[in-house]
Amino acid sequence: MDNIEFHGYWTLALLILFIAIVIWAWSSKRKKEFDELANLPLDEEKFANQVEGKTSGEKDDA
Amino acid sequence: MHETYNYKVVRQFSIMTVVWGIVGMLVGVIIASQLAWPALNFDVPWLTFSRLRPLHTNAVIFAFGGSALFATSYYIVQRTSHAKLFAPALASFTFWGWQLVIVLAAITLPMGFSTAKEYAELEWPIDILIAVVWVSYAIVFFGTIVKRKVKHIYVANWFLGSFILTVAVLHIGNSAALPVSLLGMKSYSAYAGVQDAMVQWWYGHNAVGFFLTAGFLGMMYYFMPKAAGRPIYSYRLSVVHFWALAFTYIWAGPHHLLYTALPDWTQSLGMIMSLILLAPSWGGMINGIMTLSGAWDKLRTDPILKFLVVAISFYGMSTFEGPMMAIKTVNALSHYTDWTIGHVHAGALGWVAMISIGSMYFLIPRLFGKTRMYSVRLIELHFWISTLGVVLYIASMWVSGVMQGLMWRATNSDGTLTYSFIESVAAMHPFYVTRTIGGLIFLSGMFLMAYNVWKTVRADDASPVDAIIPEPAIDTSPVDAIIPEPAQ
Repeated sequence: MDNIEFHGYWTLALLILFIAIVIWAWSSKRKKEFDELANLPLDEEKFANQVEGKTSGEKDDA
Repeated sequence: MHETYNYKVVRQFSIMTVVWGIVGMLVGVIIASQLAWPALNFDVPWLTFSRLRPLHTNAVIFAFGGSALFATSYYIVQRTSHAKLFAPALASFTFWGWQLVIVLAAITLPMGFSTAKEYAELEWPIDILIAVVWVSYAIVFFGTIVKRKVKHIYVANWFLGSFILTVAVLHIGNSAALPVSLLGMKSYSAYAGVQDAMVQWWYGHNAVGFFLTAGFLGMMYYFMPKAAGRPIYSYRLSVVHFWALAFTYIWAGPHHLLYTALPDWTQSLGMIMSLILLAPSWGGMINGIMTLSGAWDKLRTDPILKFLVVAISFYGMSTFEGPMMAIKTVNALSHYTDWTIGHVHAGALGWVAMISIGSMYFLIPRLFGKTRMYSVRLIELHFWISTLGVVLYIASMWVSGVMQGLMWRATNSDGTLTYSFIESVAAMHPFYVTRTIGGLIFLSGMFLMAYNVWKTVRADDASPVDAIIPEPAIDTSPVDAIIPEPAQ
């Protein structure tokens, strides 16, 4: 495979990746999650309680 | 003891946004006046258009726009990550380092030190300092993302992160140069001929795409919902908006080099990719404006929202105009004329400056323990002054540009040119005067802003306040852990 051929396939791979992202973002499964995430800048208290990897009983001592 | 956000560096950059806005736009008004009345350079080499023009562009893009981006990105990344800024000493270094870069630019450009690469004029020692500051910026920003307490990375941070990452690659790639001597300022580009031109406009257009677009879209995706009190119209559209820009912007640079020595296929590719860019740009614009859907009445009373919505409208307008101008046949008329200058200022004054000004009016009182600016009426006045200034500026440049293009291409029946070049220069004069007035009006609005900011931060009840980071509610009910059992 020469350089030009490689770049052709590479471009095609990126196009497919982009289409996959669009399908992923637009799937109805994401809808509810995205609607909640859109509130991230507005509802700060709510997101403070969704700390990753911690149960509600633990407190970050920082 | 509750942990607070680091607002100090945000405050520093916010105040300098206003200061550099005035300086950069003042230099703009001076060079606009010189084009209308050439005697205004007083035959002093340091004051000639050729030296002050790069000072103007560097000051408004990197000093004013850059400070606004540093301030808002440091604010947004902390507020949406629920985490204090990573490496505060390094964050402080980015502030002082960036101010040093600006001061060095203000000294060396009028002295005539220039690489002659548009928007990358600064010579190699300053380029090295920029690279060091920028890498530090990336460490602070991405370090904060890594230590975030919120699982999801909010979309504004994706835009800001891509802006920081891409500008690092662009700056280091395009500034590659060989200094003539270690003690001198002069250097030669690492690239030659048409490759140098292509690298320069790969840099130049993606500086527009990632510095002036992605960075300020990060601002839009945070401050638009905050000012409107509503979530962004469509979160999934914002995800697609981000990836579409990331995938297409990088290809559009060749539209700056149509009808040059650049290979034809590269020119056509640049034109096609520029046209494709219209789709994600307008998707983003609709997403920003529709955030107000159902709450349009707020626009009547809140001048900050007026700034943001008009900024997004100008984003839509200039991202429509840009692809049109990238069409080869349109470009044959528009290139090298004032139309380009009008287009750039629709983006720079209409989009970049107005979204920054709106965001600053929202941000600054919150950094000083206030809920709003000293005078909302002055914001309203500033809004109308800015709008009038932009409209005068771009309308005069449109007319002037199209007229220039038509005069330059007009031929008589025997094939000779209808107009000499100086005839087109003389015809431009009234439009250059109008442009100067438009710029002066826009600049005067910045003085109103400076006064309003001064009164806000110097008020008796105002003092620097760092907001408390929200923490998870503590569940105090006793819990008995389950004893692990052997698997069956």
